[in-house]
Amino acid sequence: MALFKTPNIDFIGLRWPALALSVLVIAVGLAMTVVRGTLPLGIDFSGGSLIILKFEQSVGEGAVRDALSNIPEKVVQQYGDIADNEVLVRLPISGPEEGLSLEAGANEVILALEGGSLGDFEVVGQELVGPVIGQELQQRGINAFVFAMAGILVYIGLRFRFSFAVGAVVAVAHDIAITLSLLTFMGYELSLNVVAAMLTITGYSVNDSIVVFDRVRENLRVMRRDAFADLVNVSVNQTLARTIITSGTTGVAVLALFIFGGEVLEGFAFTMLVGVLSGTYSTIFIAAMIAILITERKAERVRQANVPLASKNEPTPQRLKRRSRKARAS
Amino acid sequence: MQKNLQWKLLSIVAITAIAAWAVYPPEDRIRLGLDLEGGVHMVLRVQTDDALQVETEMAAEQLSEQLSLQGVTTVTLIPVDATTIRAEGVGTDQDAEFRRLADERLAATYDREPGAGGVYTFRMRGPIAASLREEAVRQALETIERRVNELGVSEPIVAPHGIGGSQILVQLPGVTDVARAKELIRSTSLLEFKLVEDGPSPSRELLLQARNGVVPPDMEVVTGSPNALGGSTEPLYYLVRRVAAVSGRDLRNARPSLDEFNQPAVSFTLNREGARKMGDLTGQNLGRPLAIVLDEQIRSAPTIQGRISDSGQITGVSQQEAEDLQITLRSGALPASLTYLEERTVGPTLGADSIRAGVTASIAGLITVAFFMLAYYKLAGINAVVAVVLNLLILMACMSYVDAVLTLPGIAGLILTIGIGVDSNVLIFERIKEELRSARSIKTAVGAGFDRVLLTIIDTHVASLIAAAFLFQFGSGPIKGFATTLFFGLVANVFTAVFVSRSLFEMILSRRRVATLSI
Repeated sequence: MALFKTPNIDFIGLRWPALALSVLVIAVGLAMTVVRGTLPLGIDFSGGSLIILKFEQSVGEGAVRDALSNIPEKVVQQYGDIADNEVLVRLPISGPEEGLSLEAGANEVILALEGGSLGDFEVVGQELVGPVIGQELQQRGINAFVFAMAGILVYIGLRFRFSFAVGAVVAVAHDIAITLSLLTFMGYELSLNVVAAMLTITGYSVNDSIVVFDRVRENLRVMRRDAFADLVNVSVNQTLARTIITSGTTGVAVLALFIFGGEVLEGFAFTMLVGVLSGTYSTIFIAAMIAILITERKAERVRQANVPLASKNEPTPQRLKRRSRKARAS
Repeated sequence: MQKNLQWKLLSIVAITAIAAWAVYPPEDRIRLGLDLEGGVHMVLRVQTDDALQVETEMAAEQLSEQLSLQGVTTVTLIPVDATTIRAEGVGTDQDAEFRRLADERLAATYDREPGAGGVYTFRMRGPIAASLREEAVRQALETIERRVNELGVSEPIVAPHGIGGSQILVQLPGVTDVARAKELIRSTSLLEFKLVEDGPSPSRELLLQARNGVVPPDMEVVTGSPNALGGSTEPLYYLVRRVAAVSGRDLRNARPSLDEFNQPAVSFTLNREGARKMGDLTGQNLGRPLAIVLDEQIRSAPTIQGRISDSGQITGVSQQEAEDLQITLRSGALPASLTYLEERTVGPTLGADSIRAGVTASIAGLITVAFFMLAYYKLAGINAVVAVVLNLLILMACMSYVDAVLTLPGIAGLILTIGIGVDSNVLIFERIKEELRSARSIKTAVGAGFDRVLLTIIDTHVASLIAAAFLFQFGSGPIKGFATTLFFGLVANVFTAVFVSRSLFEMILSRRRVATLSI
């Protein structure tokens, strides 16, 4: 059985519509972020309190919210399965002071609920993050990403070509932007787990790009005469079966995580799911296209530089100018 | 079968067996992270300014005593903040004398800034302040560690944390009474000085022989902690006074020093109240041993050699003991107060839910992927499934071997490993299919497929390993768990996808002359 015998799809012809789609998705995410004024940071990064309560009897979100009416700026959510009777309460950071006041917000919530009429409950999970830690985790997340990207850029640059490395890294940036957009759109928060998932996407996306680049590198040896763009297109087609099967299977594994992973892993799995799709897409439409763009620009420059040397008559500056204009127009 | 191939298959079987042995039984061999097992994760900050404050106040107090002894009475010393002392009212006639005395006491740790109008400012030197801060964090760490051990938690973690050097990470698996744990960590522990009436003895019976086996009402039997009392592994029994003459609340500080014979010793200072009590006690009991009891255990029982008042020395200790003793002496009083920066509690039910969800997701993922591989690649799919399962087994074995912790993101890492494992196999299989199309023999097609793809696999894996390494370096807690599984998964995958899968192919091809490959 084979999905594609020898596919011959003109991916290069599809690059503009593809780019338009990417720009659209990213623009929507950007617009939402601007309207909000900030990325949807979870308490890991913004600081604050998060309490997961399990009630003896079934209670609605509304009832819990009413019981906590004295506490400002809280978020009350159903947590997990309705049958679990679990409710999540989130509070923003209480104030600039740190330390002893860390548990103040959570204690207030528990006290208010104990005095209420919602029956017995148990605190099954609690996360209290002070502002210092939030900022440190933010910094660490950014560091991890920047260093990982730099490392990958250097590695691909060494093993392949610089233009490939740029292509792969831009593709990763694209995937991160797309994922952030969709996370914002779907209302997921950026937690430590989600950041871990984004960093995984980084690895996955690069993985995908390398497979295609590897084929390009191989084809460069046997198809030296073809235009670089055609060569890349052939390479993408040759690896297409693998690309689709791999994304499909990884996608299915991640989908299992999304479905069965429970509330805790939902954001993580969603991020991975988007990332796998985006990573595959960006390999073809971003990484490969940028590699072509840079390579052709470079070839152009080399050709321009070589032409005057090759001609017997010393060309006048005017002639040179005309020539380069022609070259750009073609 | 070729000899070469036999060796390959044998080594695969051996590695599988070792991996299985390392993982079995999984509930003992795989350590779970706090998010799965339940427990508390806390990050504390040591308010190191407190330690500097104590030092500065003490220096001011001592200098002021010295000044009044020498008749310089008009000067007021004010500890302005944790590192600054201001002297006011230095008369012109006493200026030289003040400077001499102040330098004598303060010059080692403080810089004197030129004063005008009888006002001087002393500022603690930067390196000294830094080393005092470091010392305070180290002390707090040790104190907390000892206190956490008292909680009876299995495998607690107490470690320096984060940037800036003043944070401490405390992880207590299985602890659900967070309030109690927090209080225990933050409160001061008990240090007492008690007169020794009898002992040491190797057993309780021997100790009480002279008293017919009865403990007098004003006394009690206390054991010495074996490690603190010189090498012996058996506990020693002492009979001591029940009421502590002086306690840790009276202690101001302790630090390692040298005695008059240049031997290691521990110097300690007491506050005013403690000094009075200690002076009475030691003055009346010269030549008798005084037990230093910490948390109902005797840390040492040196002989009182002279009257001790506000400060004293514990001599006759080794360098190591001196170091240890000053730590335990001070652990009575935390060097600085602690504040909580972060606290995460996972209840055992929530952890169990997560395990269930993670395991279900992993198995569901594995089954779907296996099903697809078998349907799409037929018999060769078996190869892929064997490779992926073995990959997971080796991954778990590595985790168990390095004692790594499996976290919830770690489980996600497992699932990603399944994805990567399948990817490598798909790469290889698709390549073999391509090679088969160019109509060479099956054997050469398989060989060429593996050879060509090896480089791709190495490139993709190294790039992913770079990402995993940075995740591990900069990630915290759960993310580290993810990076660990990803790292081992990648390494195992190179082995299973390239070596194991290839050997299986070779085995099939060597058995019989195959006309078509089921792929």
